[in-house]
Amino acid sequence: MERFIQVIVDGVATGSIYAALAIALVLIFRSTGIVNFAQGEMAMFSTFIAWGLYAGGVPLGLAILTTLVLSFIAGMVIERGLIRHFEGGETLTLVIVTLGLFILLNSLAGWIWGFGNRSFPSLFGDSTFTLGGVRLTVESVGIVAVLLGVVGVLFLLFQRTKIGLAMRAAALNPESSGLVGVRVGRMLMLGWGLAAALGALAGVLVAPRLFLDVNLMGSVLIYAFAAAALGGFDSAIGAVVGGWVIGISENLAGTYVDFIGADLKILVPLAIIFVVLLVRPSGLFGTREVARV
Amino acid sequence: MSERTLRVVGVWALVVLALLVPFLFGPYRVGEFTLVLAYAVAVLGLNLLVGYNGQISLGHGAFFALGAYTAALLIEKGGLPYLLTLPIAGVVAFAAGFLFGVPALRLRGLYLALVTLGLAIAFPQLIKRFDGLTEGTQGLTVEQPTAPSWLPLADDQFLYLLTLLIAAIMFVAAWSLMRSQVGRAVQAVRDGEIPASTLGIDLARTKTRVFALSAGYAGVAGALYVLAIGFVAPEAFTVTVSLAFLAAIVVGGLATIVGAVFGALFIEFVPDYASDVNDALTGVVYGGVLILFMYLLPDGAVGLLRRIGRLVARRPAAPAEAGRRPAVAPRGRGLPAGKA
Repeated sequence: MERFIQVIVDGVATGSIYAALAIALVLIFRSTGIVNFAQGEMAMFSTFIAWGLYAGGVPLGLAILTTLVLSFIAGMVIERGLIRHFEGGETLTLVIVTLGLFILLNSLAGWIWGFGNRSFPSLFGDSTFTLGGVRLTVESVGIVAVLLGVVGVLFLLFQRTKIGLAMRAAALNPESSGLVGVRVGRMLMLGWGLAAALGALAGVLVAPRLFLDVNLMGSVLIYAFAAAALGGFDSAIGAVVGGWVIGISENLAGTYVDFIGADLKILVPLAIIFVVLLVRPSGLFGTREVARV
Repeated sequence: MSERTLRVVGVWALVVLALLVPFLFGPYRVGEFTLVLAYAVAVLGLNLLVGYNGQISLGHGAFFALGAYTAALLIEKGGLPYLLTLPIAGVVAFAAGFLFGVPALRLRGLYLALVTLGLAIAFPQLIKRFDGLTEGTQGLTVEQPTAPSWLPLADDQFLYLLTLLIAAIMFVAAWSLMRSQVGRAVQAVRDGEIPASTLGIDLARTKTRVFALSAGYAGVAGALYVLAIGFVAPEAFTVTVSLAFLAAIVVGGLATIVGAVFGALFIEFVPDYASDVNDALTGVVYGGVLILFMYLLPDGAVGLLRRIGRLVARRPAAPAEAGRRPAVAPRGRGLPAGKA
């Protein structure tokens, strides 16, 4: 029983990381209708920057904070410099461009930092504590707390501030919001910046649990996709719930289903995406798409 | 010369060049060109799906691997003659594509891309998991075809010409299919699902069949690859393969037949030269090329050739065509797009 609870808690913690990346995907999808395939690699790149700063002697907390700011700026630059040109184009074009960015960032990171792996320190140390007879790591609890904090901040930003209102308006109806004075382009840049920073956060949270190398986010991205699809791709709450469901089921399947084990865990999110999209294409929390002829 | 004549001349020039290859280069180079042909078949298959039908698959490396392993196992463990394994590999991949396609094609655009990307990631793991059959990471060595004694050809030349013959059949088949009523239906689905369905096109059936067909092409290509290399191992079929195929259709030109050849040349030779400079350069080039082509040449090498052809034919392009098109897929040109 103790093991079962540990598996669940661990699943929620991993799921929270997926959720962070899934929210980043949702942010961009909501504002620009793009599924950003490069989201994971952007996060990996950021994580390497955090590692570089830390290895250069900057305290871990400050290194991560600096990385978040840098990622925010880089996200805005990518939107303005690259994606803007293709916005409103065909899905295929955008998929190809973001995939190009995916491959480019992956190889650039390999070029700069090499293809070997390195360990990344956890923000929360590696201490444990016992709660109701179950041994839990501070890290797991810390990750969940960080995610909940982020969701809270995003909620306040989008629901209680003028800029959040403008961002929502720009996403919902770019033309009309442009007419009433919302600077749509700026809002899209802001959305990409936020998403990049969120991705960076997911990166520095997941890196201590895996090893930091150029393929750090490969499978995480698939899990995040599954989480976002499960949640409906346009709902942040959906992404969180989706992330948890994916994290828990992945851990349960990896631990208790022998055939799956560690190396086939990747099939779990795939199966989940499949089933969700077949049974309920708009996800658990998503808005149903209506086509106009 | 009219544009049409130019096009015919261009295609025949390509055919003649392809026939000359085994007599102009040494065995190593000829082997590389044999691989180019195998890749070209896979790239063509993916282009039927992506370019002509507007669906996105990031997992065709998996069907390529399936075809490769089918052929390898049939030759090594089943003792079948190698020529027989080609159609079987095609049929197996076609069936797998069909089974995968039936549920997957209810997913549109992005979701299909996601699911197929997952397939590409999971497939090498699956190969390793069934190591009793596939020998796992060790891989399988496959006996390569040898030239029959009555032919005055070396083994590498024979293998190249054999691959060329099969590739040519696959190319002609795809070309005529895309010119037919079926091909027009396939493209109509790409250009607008709802209008296409009002014209009586069964969307699900069309998409599933194109997906299966394109998987079948990848399967045959996988079998050709095994014959060319004589070895299969799961490491050869990582996600990179699927992404390389996608890069190849972008380079060659979306919704073109001949583009597959240019794309295949690109993915065979560029990584070779790039990795001499730096291991990471291949990826940088692939990524950069995907973005740059979308930026500057959204209709790829064939699109560029068409523009040059138009200049040579002294027929000024219509303004709508000369300007940069917002869409990727060349469309609405009155001409069947299959005439590359």
